[in-house]
Amino acid sequence: MIVETGAFALILALALAALQTGMAVAGRLRRSPVLAGAAEGAAMASALAVALAFATLIFAFATSDFSVANVAANSHTDKPMLYKVAAAWGSHEGSLVLWCLVLTGFGAVLARARNLPFGLKTSAVATQGLLGVLFLAFAVFTSSPFARLNPAPFQGASLNPLLQDPALAFHPPFLYAGYVGFSVCFSLAVAALVEGRANSAFWPAWGRWVRPWALASWAFLTVGITLGAFWAYYELGWGGWWFWDPVENASFMPWLAGAALLHSAVVTERRGALAGWTTFLALLAFTFSMLGAFLVRSGVLTSVHAFAVDPQRGLMLLAILGGTAGLAFALFAWRAPQLKGGGMFAPVSREGALVLNNLFLTAACATVLLGTLYPLILEAMNGSTISVGPPYFALTFVPLMAVAFIILPAGPLLSWKRGDLMGVTQRLAVAAGLAILLAFAGWLMFEPRKALSAAGIGLGAWLILGALAETVERTRLFRASFGETLRRARALPLGAWGTTLAHAGLGVFVLGAVVETGYRVEAARPLAVGEIIEAGPWAVRLDAVRVVEGPNYLAEQGRLTVTLRSGAAPREVVAERRFFPAGGQTTTEVGLDFRGLDDVYVVVGERGRTAAGAPAWNVRVWWNPWARLIFLGPAIMALGGVLSLLDRRLRLGVGKGKGAA
Amino acid sequence: MKRVLLIAIAALGLIGSPVFAQEPPPAPDRPLPDAAQEARAQALFDGIRCVVCQHEAIADSPAVIAADMRQLVREQVAAGRTDAQIEQDLVRRYGDFVLFQPPVRLGTWLLWFGPVALMAAVLALLLLRSRGRRAEAAPLTAEEEARLADIVAGDGLRPDPDAKPSDH
Repeated sequence: MIVETGAFALILALALAALQTGMAVAGRLRRSPVLAGAAEGAAMASALAVALAFATLIFAFATSDFSVANVAANSHTDKPMLYKVAAAWGSHEGSLVLWCLVLTGFGAVLARARNLPFGLKTSAVATQGLLGVLFLAFAVFTSSPFARLNPAPFQGASLNPLLQDPALAFHPPFLYAGYVGFSVCFSLAVAALVEGRANSAFWPAWGRWVRPWALASWAFLTVGITLGAFWAYYELGWGGWWFWDPVENASFMPWLAGAALLHSAVVTERRGALAGWTTFLALLAFTFSMLGAFLVRSGVLTSVHAFAVDPQRGLMLLAILGGTAGLAFALFAWRAPQLKGGGMFAPVSREGALVLNNLFLTAACATVLLGTLYPLILEAMNGSTISVGPPYFALTFVPLMAVAFIILPAGPLLSWKRGDLMGVTQRLAVAAGLAILLAFAGWLMFEPRKALSAAGIGLGAWLILGALAETVERTRLFRASFGETLRRARALPLGAWGTTLAHAGLGVFVLGAVVETGYRVEAARPLAVGEIIEAGPWAVRLDAVRVVEGPNYLAEQGRLTVTLRSGAAPREVVAERRFFPAGGQTTTEVGLDFRGLDDVYVVVGERGRTAAGAPAWNVRVWWNPWARLIFLGPAIMALGGVLSLLDRRLRLGVGKGKGAA
Repeated sequence: MKRVLLIAIAALGLIGSPVFAQEPPPAPDRPLPDAAQEARAQALFDGIRCVVCQHEAIADSPAVIAADMRQLVREQVAAGRTDAQIEQDLVRRYGDFVLFQPPVRLGTWLLWFGPVALMAAVLALLLLRSRGRRAEAAPLTAEEEARLADIVAGDGLRPDPDAKPSDH
C-alpha cells in the first residue's frame, strides 16, 4: 500500500509539474501575479510529491519489500542498512527518481526566490516545470521503480557488491545535485532569452542571479566526481583514479562547462559584458548533464552492443536531450544577436583574462566531447573502430590545461576594463621564482629524473603560490603591520577567499596528479606467508591470510605489514578479496596505508602456489607518492566554491551596485 | 557500471567459485628477467586495450585474454622488437581498436586537431573584432555624453565594486 502511495505521488508530481508549466505560461502571458503565484505553489507541491515518492522507495528498500521488482532486483536482506538505503538510488529507476527529486527540489527553491523580477522568474519557473514534466513523464511511463512482482521472491538479487561502499553510496546524490543544479541555470538562461533586453541593467542583475546556482552546482559536481574517483581508486583495485572512461568523461564535461560558466557569469555580473556567451554556457552546462545521463543510462558508450539491451529508454532520453537542447539553442540563435550586453574592455584586463579562461575551458570541454563521442561517430560513418584513451588526452587535454594554468594566476590580479600587465608581472615575480625553484627541487628529489614531471610540479606550485600572491597583495602581508594585514584580511570579501582557495586547490590537485602519475612504483608477485615484496622505499610482508565472514560476504583476508626497506616504521594493513554469494561476485578491498601524502596501496589477489608448492597469494603493491593531494585538491576547490557562495554580494538586496569590496 | 560488472565477472574466474568454475584462471604473469625490458613492457601495457573489456588497459584487466596479450607483448619485447613494431603487430591482429591512442589519419583529423582549430578560430575572431571595435569606439552617443557630463559634474559617480582597498 505504501509503495502504491509512492507510485501515486510520482504521477501526482508529474501532474503538478504540468500544472506548474501551464499556469506559469498563462501567468506570464496575462501578466497575472495570481497565476504565477499558483505556478510557484505547484512547483513546491511537485517537489514535495517527488520527495514523498522517494521516501517511499527508500522505505521499500529499508524494509526489503521484495514484492517491488526494483527492490528484488537490487537489494538483499543481508545487506547493511546504509547500503539498503543507498540501493534506492543504485538502479536506473531509482536514480531517475533522485534526478527528478533534485530537479523539482531546486525548482521549488527557484520558485521561492524573492529578488527576481516577475517576467524572468515566471518564465524560469515555466521552463523548470517543463523539464520536470519531461523527466517525470520518463520516470512514470518507462522507468517506474514501484512496479510489483507477483509472486514476490523470498530473497533479492542484491546490488552489485562493488557499489557497497560508503563513497559510492554518497557519490550519486552529490553528482546529481551538481548535474541537475545546472537545470536552474538552464531555465534562467531560457528566461533571459525570452525576457532579456539589449544594453540595459538587466544583464549584471541576471549574472548575479545565475551565479549562485552555477557555483553550487559546480561545487556539488566537484565533490561528486571526487568521491567517484576515490571510489574507483580504492575499490577497483587497479591503482588508478581516472582512466578517461566514457562514463567518467560524461561527468567531467558538465564540470568543465560549469567552470567556464561561473567565470563568465562574473564578467556578466560585474560589467554586463559577455551576456550572450554566459547564456550559451548556461544552456550548455545542463545539456552536458543530460548528455551524461544519456551516455551512462543508455549504455551506448560503455559498450556499443549494450545499446540493444534497452534501446527504448536510451532513445527516449536522447529525444528529451535533443528536444530541450535543440529548442533552447534555437531560441539562443534567434534571440542572442538582439541581446548585446554593454561593457567594453581592453584585451589585457580581468575581462580579457576571463575570456581566455573560457576559451581554454571550452576547448578542453570540446576535446573531452570529441574523445568520448568520436569512436561512436566514426563507427557509424565507416564502420572502423578506434579507442580513445589516456594517451589521446595526455596529448591534447593536458597541454591545453597546462597553458591555461600558466596564465591563470595573472587573471585575478588584473584590474577590470584595462589591466597593467607589467604591474601584474612584477607582483607575480616572487611566486614565479619560487615555483621554478620548486620545480628544480622536485627534479632533484624524485628518481628517475623527469623533466616533464618536474615542470608539472613547478606548475602546481605556481598555481598555489600565484593564488596566494593575490591574497598577500590584498592584505599587504609583510608590507604593513600584522594588525593592518589582519584588518584587511577580514575586510576581504568571501568571494576573494573563494577564488584563492579554488585556484590553490587546483594547484594542489596538479601536484598530486603529476607526482602520482610520474613516480608511482608498482610491484606484483606471488607471496607465501612471511615473504616480502618491495615497491619504492617500502617493503610489504604478508603475515597471514584467513577466511572471515562479513554481513553478506565471505572474504579471504590478508594481513600485511608495511615497513620502510630498513624495517623501520612498521604498520599493519588489511586487504581482502570478498565473495558475495547472493550475486556470485568477487570484489577486492584494497589495503591502504596512508604515509603522509603518500599511499602504500596493497591488493591481495587470487591464491596460487609457489614453485615449491606452498600456497601463495598474488600480491600487488603500489607506492603512490602524493596521492593524498589528488583528492585533497578538489575538496579545497569545492570549499572555495562554497565560500564564494556565502559571499553576501551574491545574496538578496545587494543588486543596486553598492557591492562592498 | 557495466565495466565494473564485467570486472567482477572476470574476477570470479579467479577465486575458483564453483558457479563459474568453467572459466580457467589466466596464466600467472611471468615478468621478464631483464628489468629494463620489463619496464618497457609495463609501459606498453598501459596503452593497449583489453579487447573484450569495456574500457580497460591490459595492464589492469584480470581477463584471460589480457594475460595472453601481456605474454605476447613480453615475448616480443624479449625478442628485441621496437615499441612501434609491437604496436603495429597488435593493430594487424586486432585493428586500431586495440590501441588507446587513435591513429592520425584522414578520418581522425577532426579528433586530433578539432579543439585546437576551434580555439585558433575563436581567438582569430576575437582579435579581428577587437580591432574593428577600437576603430568604431571613437564617437560617444548622446546618452554617453550625458553620463559623462554627470560624472564630470561629480554625481552619479559610484565606487568601482571591485576596487582594491589599497586603491582608496
